Parts: sequence; C-alpha cells; structure tokens
Amino acid sequence: MAIIVTAQTRLVVQGITGREGSFHAGRNRDYGTNLVAGVTPGKGGQSVGGTPVYDTVAETVAEHDANTAMVFVPPRFAADAIYEAVDAGIQTVVCITEGIPVHDMLRVYNYVRPKGVTLLGPNCPGALSPGIANVGIIPAQVFAGGRIGLISRSGTLTYQIGKELADAGLGNSTIVGIGGDPIVGMSFIDVLARFEADADTDLVVLVGEIGGDEEEKAAAYIARHMTTPVVAYIAGFEAPPGKTMGHAGAIISGSAGTAQGKKEALEECGVRVGSSPTETAALATEAFSRL
Amino acid sequence: MDLYEYQGKELFARFGLPVSDGMVADTPEQVREAAEQIGAPVMVKAQVLVGGRGKAGGIKRAVTPDDAEQHARRILGMDIHGHVARRVWVERSSDIDREYYFSITLDRGAKQSLCMLTTAGGIDIEQVAEQTPEKLARVHVDPMQGFQPHHARRLCFGAGLPAEEIKQASKIMADAYRAYVETDAMLVEINPLIVTPDDGLRALDSKYTVDDNALFRHPDIAAMRDLEALDPQERMARERDVTYVKLDGTVGILGNGAGLVMSTLDVVAQAGGTPANFLDVGGGAQADQIVTALEVLLSNDRVRAVLFNVFGGITRCDEVARGILTALEQLHVSVPIVVRLDGTNDEEGRRLLADAAPPNVVVEATMLGAAQKVVELAGGAG
Repeated sequence: MAIIVTAQTRLVVQGITGREGSFHAGRNRDYGTNLVAGVTPGKGGQSVGGTPVYDTVAETVAEHDANTAMVFVPPRFAADAIYEAVDAGIQTVVCITEGIPVHDMLRVYNYVRPKGVTLLGPNCPGALSPGIANVGIIPAQVFAGGRIGLISRSGTLTYQIGKELADAGLGNSTIVGIGGDPIVGMSFIDVLARFEADADTDLVVLVGEIGGDEEEKAAAYIARHMTTPVVAYIAGFEAPPGKTMGHAGAIISGSAGTAQGKKEALEECGVRVGSSPTETAALATEAFSRL
Repeated sequence: MDLYEYQGKELFARFGLPVSDGMVADTPEQVREAAEQIGAPVMVKAQVLVGGRGKAGGIKRAVTPDDAEQHARRILGMDIHGHVARRVWVERSSDIDREYYFSITLDRGAKQSLCMLTTAGGIDIEQVAEQTPEKLARVHVDPMQGFQPHHARRLCFGAGLPAEEIKQASKIMADAYRAYVETDAMLVEINPLIVTPDDGLRALDSKYTVDDNALFRHPDIAAMRDLEALDPQERMARERDVTYVKLDGTVGILGNGAGLVMSTLDVVAQAGGTPANFLDVGGGAQADQIVTALEVLLSNDRVRAVLFNVFGGITRCDEVARGILTALEQLHVSVPIVVRLDGTNDEEGRRLLADAAPPNVVVEATMLGAAQKVVELAGGAG
C-alpha cells in the first residue's frame, strides 16, 4: 500500500522545463511513477521528454486528473507554486525547493493546513515507495522494497541508513524526507500516523537532527499512539549552539534543540536510538527479527 | 544573519519605533565628535554580535566628549567573549525609570510567531520564563491574521502594564511586528524597552536576526553583513558559497548533505577525534566545487587529517574522485586524506583513486572504518 506516493499517484511537476525539474521528472517517470504533466507558465503546449507542459496547474487537474504536485521552482516563486497547486485542488504537494524564506512558509503552512492537503517539504528529497512510485530526488537504486518505514529530515543520511538496511537484507515500504527547514509541512508525527495506519509497514526508522522540537513531540506521540515499533537516529551531537549546520532548521537555540535532549526524549519513550547510522541499522534489524 | 545593535535600531527607526539619537564611530576621535554633536552625556556601546557586553565593560556612560573619547580607547579593540569590538554606537544617555522586555520570534513548533512582553526587563529572559512565568505574557500571532490590537491588549494586560502606557506600548509592538514581517526577521528583541521618568517608552537595545533565505528581497539589509567580523575561514567559505562552520578540532570533515556531514562529525568524535569543521559540498557537486571546498577546509592550519564522506545520490562518486585528484594537483596538500565513497558510481570513483594512487590518500569502505582511520592519522584526540 505504502504512503504519500502510491500506485494512485498522478504527478504534475511544477518547473518541469528547468534543468533540475526536467532531469528529476524524467527519473521519476522512468522509475514507474505516473507522471501525467508538467507546468511552466508561458510554456504551455510544449513537451518535455514526451510529457505535456501546461501554463497552469488547474489545466493539468482538468485534463489529466493530476493529484500530486512536485515543486521544482526557484525559492522566490515556490510559495506561489504551492498556493497554485493547492488552489487547483491538488491533494499532495511535494516541495523540493531549498531556500524558501521562512515567512513565506509560515503563511503557506497556515493556509494549507486547514485544507487537509498533504504538504511534504520544502527543502526535502521527496518520497519513494520502492517498486511503486518515486516523487523527488531520492536515488531509488539504494533502497530495497520491504516493510520498514523510513522518515528523515535529511537526504544523504537517509540514503546511508537505507543502504545499510538493504545490506542487512531489509527493505522499505516508503522512504519519506520531511525536509530540513524550520517550517515544513508534514511533521514526524504526521508521517508516523500514516505509517501506523499502513498495513505494509511493520517497523519505522526515524532519522532526526538538531533544531526545533519535532523529535521530542514524535517521542511523546510514539509512546501514546503507536503500536508499530520505532527505532531512531539523531545527528548533530558535535554541533555548537547558535550555528546553522547546513539545513536552515538545524540550529541549537540556547539550550533547546540539542541532539542529547532529543535522544533522551526518545529513549524515555521506549525508542532505541543508534549512535551511528550503522548501529541504527543494526537496531532496526534486531527489532525486525523480533516481530 | 544577525544584525548589530545600531543596524537593528536603524531598522527600528525606519518602522517608527522610538530610539535614542546616536551615531556609529570607528575611532576614538569619531566618538568624541559624535558625543559633541549628540550632546553629552552619552553612552558608548561596543558593537559585537554577542550578549553580556555591559558586564564585560563594553558599555560606558560618558559625561563629556573627552570622557567618551577615553572610554572609546578602551572599548575599541576589546575582545568580548571572542568577538572584537571594531565599532561603537554612541547614543544620548537616557533616564530610566523602568525596564521592560518585548520580543517576536518564530515559534517553529506552533508554526506561528510568538510575541512576549514582560515588565521584568533588562535581564535574561529565559530566567524570567523559568522562575516567574506569570510575569511573562505570551501571545501567538497567526500570520494570516497579522498583529491585531487584541494581541497588543492581551500582551499589555497580561504583563500588567500601567494603563497610561498601553497605547504607546501597543503602537511599539505593532510597529515591531511590521518590521519583523516586512524585513523577513526571525527574531526582533527589545531588551530593555525602557520607560523614562516622563512615561516615554523607548527601545534601548536591539537584537535582530534576518532570514538568510530572504535577503534577496532586502539588498539594503544584505549589505549590512560585516564580513570582517567572520572568522577568516568562514569568510572565505561565504565568499565562495561553501557551507562551512569552523570548529576547534583537528579532523577536517567534508561530505554531501547536511545530515550526513553532521553524522560524520559525531562518528569521528565517537572514534576519539575532534572535528575541525562542518563542510557540506551540497548535492550534485562538480570537481571544481570539491577543489574549492578542500581549499577552504585546508586554510585552517589546525587540520591534521581530512575525511571525505560522500554518499552519492545525485552526486556522482566518480566526479568527487576527480575533484579530489584535481585538488591534489592544484593545492599543496600535506595532510592525509581518508576517502569513503558510496552510492552512485562509487566503484568508478574508487577505481579512479586506486589508479592514480596519490601517496596521501587512503580509501576506506565504510563510514565507521573511515572515521577510525582518519582519527588515527590525525594522531588521536586533541
């Protein structure tokens, strides 16, 4: 069944004529994702690798019944692109764009949330359901299909853990990158709830990092609402306070958002936390074998 | 991007917030002139991006221009918690009756902005929040609604402001919110917000952080960035568009993707080493970016060994290997380099390195193995 990106996904790519947009749209399509259309204002009528391009998202919904949008437009136009997708009736928006102003995302979040639209990202690698569909930039060849849900705020770190799981003979139901910005759409909790409800997910690996309190909230949620076991990893023990570690959201503010605090919060809620990606994969393997 | 007090106050003034008359000065002579123009007594305040200036002796009251010049001689060049004061702000001295605190920050958890007001100003706000939370009025503002008069009333009544100050305080808070939104700020803090004996409210200090991702909309604020205040390596990194944070260890670390690099720092520390930096070469890095990144990293002379940890997704490992080989040709690299390549085209990348076989490059198969190796080559901890 998988989550977020499934066999029902009908994808429109916003910014499909750009270098990155066309490259990844092609990769997603080649993987088997049902890519139905692209959008670049002013380029309607063209086609990119056989995919028809429209001026507006609304046209792709009317003509192709698009239900999922991937946003690949530059940061200064990204908020507008998300609003456009949501107003056109798109139910799932995956925003890959990095560098969107936080005040833009603050407004977008508060606009989108009450509508019940699923917003993944921004500044995220997207979501991959192995063997079914890939929406985003996750390198599918790293991952195997299986029954472990993987959630992360980071891209390459997720690939590392996915590879270690694959080496151990384990695979994933869906890999979800929620993004490294201070304000993102889906939170850990939102994704955990989807995995909990997913019949094809038996275990979840959560990959967090410094900054904010999403991991702490996730810990409380896991203790209260999850029957599916969760194993975690947290990056950033060596990060100094007050410095942004690459991701705009990866910053320790005062004494809040430290890796140690997150690890303790998770462990207090019964979640085992690996000290390295390798150990995390080992913990997941062990937990999986006990199911 | 953090702004200096004087820069924050410049923005305050632009949005109609009351601030004291003042001028910036870089030399004791300029400080004297400023004091003469403004009219003594004045305050001479070190401009540094760190708290605790007052206690460190970076803020002095001067009764005469002479006095101001003398204070400036001591303050200019002063090291305040690792930040050198190269500039001072000279402003008219204020009579202070009471000190309040007001701030607007981004509340990531609530996905809204959080306004806080207390009459217990002038001190560490985290202490107020912890010890006397009832004195701290907190109100979240929905970005779609904006800051309304009812927000201001809740803050003022919640903090227990005297009735005669509410109108003034409400205007200050509304103007500060407008500044916060219109300049894409992540933090606007006025501490203290003073009340003078004639019941006038004024911003006596400013703490102001602007979202780096929004600077394209604010070229005037972007131009306020003080590159001189950055550490030399961090400055070089910024000029070359490399994501770099300097740390105080001896193992240089670079990789692709913020999460993986953070994780690499941790694994190196677990292996007994001390990271010299965080460096993310980003996704899809080309050979020339690898050269630039390595150049920035090696400009820190504390680095005794380097660890490349790359997981190829969009980034191709053969391209990274080419970058490393090019860097070895172009730069004088005297320290050992441990390379771990995994993911897209990893075999080709490793083959390129094996064929060229540069003497100071060691290829490791796993992240943990690479971490142990680099710590060993850096000579253990320290």
